[in-house]
Amino acid sequence: MNAVGLTIDAARAAVAAQTTTATALAEQHYTRIAKIDGPLSDGTPGDAINSFLALTRDRAFAQAERIDQMAARGESLPPLAGVPIAIKDVLAMRGAPATAGSLILKGYRPPYDATAVSRLEAAGAVLVGKLNCDEFAMGSSNENSAYGPVRNPRALDHVPGGSSGGSAAAVAAHFAVASLGTDTGGSIRQPAAFCGVVGLLPTYGRVSRYGLIAFASSLDRVGPFTRTVRDAATVLEVLAGPDPLDATSADRPADSYVAALDQPVAGLRVGVPAEYFEEGLDPEIRAAIERTIDQLRHAGCTIVPISLPHTRYAIPTYYVIATAEASSNLSRFDGVRFGHRSADSTTLSDMFRHSREEGFGPEVKRRILLGTYALSAGYYDAYYAKAQQVRTLLTRDFLAAFRACDVIVSPMTPTPPFRLGEKVDDPISMYLADVYSVAASLAGICGISVPCGQTATGLPIGVQLMAPHFGEATLLRAAQAVELAQAVPNS
Amino acid sequence: MSQLQAISVEVSLEDVRRVAELANLELTPEEEPRMQRDLNAILGHVAQLAELDTTGVPAMAQVADILGGEPDRTGAELRPDILRPSIGRAAVLESAPETDGRFFKVPKVIER
Repeated sequence: MNAVGLTIDAARAAVAAQTTTATALAEQHYTRIAKIDGPLSDGTPGDAINSFLALTRDRAFAQAERIDQMAARGESLPPLAGVPIAIKDVLAMRGAPATAGSLILKGYRPPYDATAVSRLEAAGAVLVGKLNCDEFAMGSSNENSAYGPVRNPRALDHVPGGSSGGSAAAVAAHFAVASLGTDTGGSIRQPAAFCGVVGLLPTYGRVSRYGLIAFASSLDRVGPFTRTVRDAATVLEVLAGPDPLDATSADRPADSYVAALDQPVAGLRVGVPAEYFEEGLDPEIRAAIERTIDQLRHAGCTIVPISLPHTRYAIPTYYVIATAEASSNLSRFDGVRFGHRSADSTTLSDMFRHSREEGFGPEVKRRILLGTYALSAGYYDAYYAKAQQVRTLLTRDFLAAFRACDVIVSPMTPTPPFRLGEKVDDPISMYLADVYSVAASLAGICGISVPCGQTATGLPIGVQLMAPHFGEATLLRAAQAVELAQAVPNS
Repeated sequence: MSQLQAISVEVSLEDVRRVAELANLELTPEEEPRMQRDLNAILGHVAQLAELDTTGVPAMAQVADILGGEPDRTGAELRPDILRPSIGRAAVLESAPETDGRFFKVPKVIER
């Protein structure tokens, strides 16, 4: 059995039938990582995709052995038995590094597991390592990592997207069957589109945030990257559900997302928001999305023109709210309890300032300053309070639209993946790359990016689907219809 | 001060230094003008929020705010108050830059 092209069901079935072992699957993935992802910190050479920041071999092989023993005893195996899965480095894994892509957390090893991590492992997953990302998940290209950028496996001189660039690249490069990422303003969906994989943003509250290093708590979400929609449904079914350790997790059980995939999409009402097809959209992406809409129509869906009138205010609203929350959340990094402490400080306040100055990168400082400014006396009402009101308007847009349709289809990104270094000196142009993703983040609805073709030069294109709060079953069903249509050329 | 006036303010170098101090950040002399430029560019983009009349629109701090349903104030939805072990002190202090085994150690807070 080869790591390339493996799905969750195929891996689990092979382990259950003992045609392979979980241990052998883990070995194959580590061999591939060593060959292609390096050079790693241990000196292993490779293509330098640089998606892994740490490998968790001991824990992975201990779990693989447990699964192999279960299989040998003929026990029924849990849904992710033996499946190699990697974790974005903003989620805590007991005893493993958790840098959040930042120097300020270099050397930190949390003494506990994030709920998403422990649920994956309880479902049989083999957790292979921690994945590179933009520092504190702030970025759209993975170039803000203190540990070097990630390269796009589909085009090595291009960015993989961000902030979960390592999570998207690791799945695209077949270093893992699935990965976990986090999405605050597009950080799962945009890199999924850039790397040609599936990226699922669950409804806010659907998946516990316990053990996630917080960026903007009212927006942060945890979700999977996979190579198929079915695999995304399988992982979500494991992750979803209430968690007493996260007060914002919704008090409702997971749905049967995998079983829902068998229902037909005929009759589904698919909304097309005019505001997502205005100027600034790359013509090749426009053509790919229009082709996808045609495919959904041929599959029996009803296409409904809709309007989300406040869309143009989503980016400014997002960058006020996200940075305001970040400025508060990141005040905990002060050199006292964990992470980097500046060596040469004689007073406490010097120690705070020096530790933060040395530990944070430029984008994190920029956002802390912006957020602090927006919350400061005299500006609070004009920026933060105003943005919270506009967030209500943006959410009402979606609630009204979902009276006329069941899912919304749109482009995921305005452009294909850009080149490494192309946008690093222009924060505004980098922020505008989130133009189609941030509204769903603010509203708390679920969304998914599904591959829907490529540009003439072979760069991946993703289509975004969005569904109402807790509408993941419908979302995934529509996503699978898009995926099926790709398999049939010119359908 | 009307919202429109507040939002059209230009960020000065002095503002950058003041906000950096509030945020416990120490910027280098090279970083200060760069942050000033970036803050003005971003806030210039944010200024378009002032076009919207939001009179009477409730603020949304959390997704749950808009999903309806009055928050439960009877306590019926709260979990039972049961003692449970949390992460041990030793495990937590292991991550600390400096500790005496019982407390986090920091530089002197008060002189003399």
